[in-house]
Amino acid sequence: MTDQTLNTGEEKAKGRIARILDSDIFHSFIKSKVTVLAAIVTLVFMLTALLAPWIAPHNPFDLAQISILDARVPPVGMEWSDPRFLLGTDDQGRDMLSGIMYGMRISLAVGFLSVGFAAVLGIFLGLVSGYVGGRTDAIIMRIAEIQLTFPAILIALLIDGVANGIVGNLDREKWAIWILTFSIGLSFWVQYARTVRGSTMVEKNKEYVQAARVIGIPSFIIMIRHVLPNVMGPVLVIATINLALAIITEATLSFLGVGVPATQPSLGTLIRIGNDFLFSGEWWIAIFPGLALAILVLAVNLLGDWLRDALNPKLR
Amino acid sequence: MFGFISRRLVMALVVMVVVALISFLLFRFVGDPVNQMVGIETTPEQREALRERLGLNDPIIVQFVRFIMGAMQFDFGNSYQFKQPVADLIGKRLPATLELSLVSAIFALVVGVPMGVYTGLNRHSPLSKFFLSVSLIGVSLPTFFIGILLIFVFSVTLQWLPSFGRGEVVEIGSWWTTGFLTLSGLKALILPAITLGLFQMTLIMRLIRAEMLEVIRTDYIKFARARGLPNRSINFIHALKNTMVPVITITGLQLGSIIAFAIITETVFQWPGMGLLFLQAVQNVDIPIMAAYLMLTAFIFVVINLAVDILYFVIDPRLRTERSGL
Repeated sequence: MTDQTLNTGEEKAKGRIARILDSDIFHSFIKSKVTVLAAIVTLVFMLTALLAPWIAPHNPFDLAQISILDARVPPVGMEWSDPRFLLGTDDQGRDMLSGIMYGMRISLAVGFLSVGFAAVLGIFLGLVSGYVGGRTDAIIMRIAEIQLTFPAILIALLIDGVANGIVGNLDREKWAIWILTFSIGLSFWVQYARTVRGSTMVEKNKEYVQAARVIGIPSFIIMIRHVLPNVMGPVLVIATINLALAIITEATLSFLGVGVPATQPSLGTLIRIGNDFLFSGEWWIAIFPGLALAILVLAVNLLGDWLRDALNPKLR
Repeated sequence: MFGFISRRLVMALVVMVVVALISFLLFRFVGDPVNQMVGIETTPEQREALRERLGLNDPIIVQFVRFIMGAMQFDFGNSYQFKQPVADLIGKRLPATLELSLVSAIFALVVGVPMGVYTGLNRHSPLSKFFLSVSLIGVSLPTFFIGILLIFVFSVTLQWLPSFGRGEVVEIGSWWTTGFLTLSGLKALILPAITLGLFQMTLIMRLIRAEMLEVIRTDYIKFARARGLPNRSINFIHALKNTMVPVITITGLQLGSIIAFAIITETVFQWPGMGLLFLQAVQNVDIPIMAAYLMLTAFIFVVINLAVDILYFVIDPRLRTERSGL
């Protein structure tokens, strides 16, 4: 970084791309075919989710477009199928492919939002805990330890139940997605906090932090502007792996019927609906959203695994 | 050792008090307990009388102490939806959950440990690669979807195994029911146990593999080989024994998660355990059941954690000398 500071802006930008292409991380990325494939799959799924309203063949929420006469049409390739519905339709005549695209939107949105929430909360508490130390540190870490005693899914379920109890039945639908995000986020912050705390305790004794303190920069600014950038590496790895976990947790909660409402079906909700039709032979209503979910999670997991190895200096 | 264990005991006690506090706050402040217990036609005077009788007008500390006293005797009052004592409801369903959890934990260990040893020893064999890919898929598939796939294959398509319930159960004593003694009970156990244990199995396998890879490189294993000990005794007695400390930690903690993840498996297979009861309680905001379930699982987790800590000393003799001074 430092030897580049004299260059002009344009050269800097060109240098940055060249540097990325030449970096160890990019090399290890390109070398691993599985990782490249996982990255492509993840990207395609994300784009599909983002562009669902424009590229989906049908709008599953538009009552004018769906007809009960199209209900339970099997996917193309089977008897009685309909070329309009590539992956068949559900019990209300909604196109499965479009349903999955829209469902992916909600699954990914909740996943990203809750990971973001958990990361911000965890990083903040970890920074404070590591930098301030003493009693603050002890209290935060004891809370983290107690929370670690319980599996995340149980905590998310509990928070979700309590929040729904507080909000009440009337507003449940309106708030469902936010409650879900909040409860998943709150069940995942511990890992960030512990990691950030550890690296903060190392960073805080380094000379640049001491120098900043000597010239009178307030603690809060030191934490955010100087310590934070140096502890972000591991956070990125945790966030990627947690994205997969958060997506699974959201799907699980929705499958259990405490997540998003049926009016805004995520992948988990679609699987729950499909589960009722498994025995009457309409397997595609549950299996296709399930496969989409599994492939998405697998791809994100593979990316996370690769990132962990690539950023781990011990393995280079 | 005594100091270490007693510090752990104090921590366990703190966890239980915190959980009790959360349960109590839930019970007291999420929704009004009186509103949940009476109908619309109850007069304000009757409500006030009930409030007084339940002791909801006493100071908060007094109420909390009373709640803890009740919890120690497993008295959590009546469920809002069933109008029955929570202790009876949970007691009736506890055997189903414990049997399911036990069988899936055994499944995870019996399958996971040999697979871990094998993949650790034969790093590059095709079978190891196959096991590893399967384990990655096992981690990526959500539990409930594994259950659905198993039902689809073995119940709907092949029609070999039942897809819901416990089958026939036999009563042992006045309160325990078991599915171990009937054929239909055993058949009903297979799919849920695999669903619940699969994640733990892959975890144990990966863990043992990683530990084995490290251990077989150490000098004492090389020395054992040089002495000409048979491979089997090196691999299973000398190497495996030294991978056991982390395995026991994780397995112990995972036992706790098995009980929590049973909520999902029980929903998929309509298994009449306490996880299903808890889920219904969450959906209906039935706080007494939620509080009781929370306290019970917390208690189980804490006991497991303590047992794991004590097991360390049994397994690793080094800890006994090193930590005895602390």
